Amino acid sequence: MIDFIWLVLFIVGIITAMFTGHMNNVADAILKGSEKGVTLSIGLIAVIALWLGLMNIAEKAGAIAWLSRVLRPVARMLFPSVPADHPAMGAILANMSANLLGIGNAATPLGLKAMHELQTLNPDKDRASDAMCTLLAINTASITLIPTTVIAIRMQYHSAHPTAVVGTTLVATAIGTVAAIILDRLFRWLDRRRHA
Amino acid sequence: MQDIMSSVSEWLLPILVGTILVFGYLRRVPIYSTFVDGAKGGFATAIKLIPHLVAMVVAVTVFSESGAMGILVQLLTPILQWLHVPAEVAPLGLLRPISGQGALAFMVNIFQTKGQGPDSYLGMLASTMQASSDTTLYILTVYFGSVGIRKFRYALKVGLLSDFISVLASVFAVSLLSGMIHV
Repeated sequence: MIDFIWLVLFIVGIITAMFTGHMNNVADAILKGSEKGVTLSIGLIAVIALWLGLMNIAEKAGAIAWLSRVLRPVARMLFPSVPADHPAMGAILANMSANLLGIGNAATPLGLKAMHELQTLNPDKDRASDAMCTLLAINTASITLIPTTVIAIRMQYHSAHPTAVVGTTLVATAIGTVAAIILDRLFRWLDRRRHA
Repeated sequence: MQDIMSSVSEWLLPILVGTILVFGYLRRVPIYSTFVDGAKGGFATAIKLIPHLVAMVVAVTVFSESGAMGILVQLLTPILQWLHVPAEVAPLGLLRPISGQGALAFMVNIFQTKGQGPDSYLGMLASTMQASSDTTLYILTVYFGSVGIRKFRYALKVGLLSDFISVLASVFAVSLLSGMIHV
């Protein structure tokens, strides 16, 4: 799947460039793009380190265990294959909470920690497990309570109501997230039927 | 109410960090060394992501710089228009899963256009679309890349389809709520 998408992006890009005369841009893009990839990764070090450090404190202080107890019913329903007392569950809950709060880029490092824990439960290390697909579905739909970045930019452009977007975002992400969870289950069911 | 909300988003991060530290200290956790110990993992994770992000960013940059992204957006915009997504913001919905920065730039562009400030219907719609979704392609690359998953199964389909639903949900939410909150 990823092989195909990757190939299509390149080949369609190169063929389009032949017709639009943007070949020099594409040549540039190949070099600039890889540079950007490295810069992005290096930039992530700061935010990942910060949140992993803070999460370690929260975990040792028992905050994650408390959060897990509160959100356990929801998480158990969404991730039936993850044992309730497994570290993966704590990481998933932390990731969901960060997504909800919309704090900076905190959700990504916590999500990566959850992926790492889920991989320990995964029998086939090459292939995404059911729980991993659900985690991805929730993260790509990105349920958000307070869209901090967008509010900040709205302020910058002299919005009279920069936070008006909180309500609309809440409705839109709630719908998007519910849809993602339903689609996740639907495609899993189709996947099972195809391979059964 | 609005002042409270903007303070909330500003205060959230510092308050959260402070709470974690105070809570840890009160529970007798050696907070400094525990932080450092946890933060160590950040380096390894980020380094592991380099090859995956290089691969994906190059492909996406080639695709957009060649003009292919623009053509794709032009082809798909009528479909979104047919679904009541205004032509002015339809490209934002299509860009959002592929390029977070591209979508953000598009939102700012709408804010800057005369008569389409952040508080207009289009401005609200662009803001909501930007806030209610995420860069699906990168999330998949980064999350699966960090643990070496190569077979994504149905995850991409689910991500892109739910992005599509989020776009429609944004139109619905803005039409529904803009009347109530005097945008």
